[in-house]
Amino acid sequence: MAQKIKMIMAKPGLDGHDRGAKLLARVCAEAGMEVVYTGLRQTPEMIVAAAEQEDADVVGLSSLSGVHNYFFPKVVELMKQKGLEDVLLVGGGIIPEEDYDFLKKSGMNAIFGPGTPTGAIVDFIKENVRKR
Amino acid sequence: MAHDFAAQILEGSNRAAARLISWLEDEDERAYECMKEIYPHTGRAFVVGITGSPGAGKSTLTNALAREIRQSGLKVGILAVDPSSPFTGGALLGDRVRMSDLADDPDIYIRSMATRGFLGGMAKAASDVVKVLDALGKDVIVIETVGVGQDEVDIVGVADTTCVVLVPGLGDAIQSMKAGIMEIADVFVINKADRPGADMLCAEVSARIEMDAHLRERGWVAPVNKSVAVEGVGVHELWLSIEAHRKYLFDSGRFYESRREKIAKEALRMIHGELFRVVREQLEQSGRLDAAVEKLMNKKLDPYTLMRDTLTEWLSSSQCKRRHDEDTKG
Repeated sequence: MAQKIKMIMAKPGLDGHDRGAKLLARVCAEAGMEVVYTGLRQTPEMIVAAAEQEDADVVGLSSLSGVHNYFFPKVVELMKQKGLEDVLLVGGGIIPEEDYDFLKKSGMNAIFGPGTPTGAIVDFIKENVRKR
Repeated sequence: MAHDFAAQILEGSNRAAARLISWLEDEDERAYECMKEIYPHTGRAFVVGITGSPGAGKSTLTNALAREIRQSGLKVGILAVDPSSPFTGGALLGDRVRMSDLADDPDIYIRSMATRGFLGGMAKAASDVVKVLDALGKDVIVIETVGVGQDEVDIVGVADTTCVVLVPGLGDAIQSMKAGIMEIADVFVINKADRPGADMLCAEVSARIEMDAHLRERGWVAPVNKSVAVEGVGVHELWLSIEAHRKYLFDSGRFYESRREKIAKEALRMIHGELFRVVREQLEQSGRLDAAVEKLMNKKLDPYTLMRDTLTEWLSSSQCKRRHDEDTKG
């Protein structure tokens, strides 16, 4: 049986806006991926533990409350500590363009702001995901 | 590599276990060398199955039960199965949403799995994943099945104790008399027991159990527990029921009988799967399947003859003989 892309879709922090994360979870499932939706109010530790246990190929972080510059790099750091550097990290939500550079430099593979076509996100994941 | 992985898993590496589980799901050849090495270290963990209809509260109950089990210091592995799409092959695995409060306990390992087209309420690799979690050092492994209907009862082939979760409002007494899921319960749980109809359901299920006792003598009578999983109500009692069943299995000798039956079935299932895979591969790659289907369509051939011919030919094929010769030599 072929390898399937396994994805974690998580919302870090105290942010209750989950429509985008839920929609993206369905979009990626529709594209043939196996998507673990973690639900709201996740700490970076919880997200990274889930990524490790699930052997995730991709972790998607959604943030609409302006805390991305704190939470996303924190997840990157913990992933590194666990030796999970080959996992693709993508983020999305209400993220100002001037923050993209900082987030990418801190180790996020891609940031998808408002208006990104969902197909572009799926394509990015499929093109850049690791082989296990 | 296989040796390293097996050793790491036996030392408790989540990461090695996670990768091995992925390989098992993918039916990747690399998994099997590793499984051979860990096999002698399996069979120690106690396996609890949680099954019931969609929305009955299986995930919430699994979460609460895991917390309860952790109170006694036992390490817990959780295997949560959700359905794959028959159209896209993708899956949305949502069981972790109810298990957030277990996420930072290093002695709990949660794995979500998609069914990948496997029927019966389970994922195909579920019994293998149980072995991995067992080798990883988990004492109790809880398997949460897909939301099931009446007839998806494969969980009994893996779990030592099967808990059937029911909720009020899904049917009358006749539903509780039917075969299938009602037969497989070692423990009944009436969840959402604060809702109207819970007492009625409890009475109906108890009546069924009483009837069962008239039909055939049993060593174990399934207790009927009530719970409100979101509030943690009735979860301690559920664990006591599971422990009582576990004690019954050991005291009666039923545990070893039942494990023996499971191992026999599993071995046959694996041989069946691999034989079928090899035969199908040969038929498909040689183009003979297409040719045969063409003849079947035109009624030049019937499937019964095709089946007999394929078997006869395969059993006498050189590859099969060579394997036989090697086996008898070695």
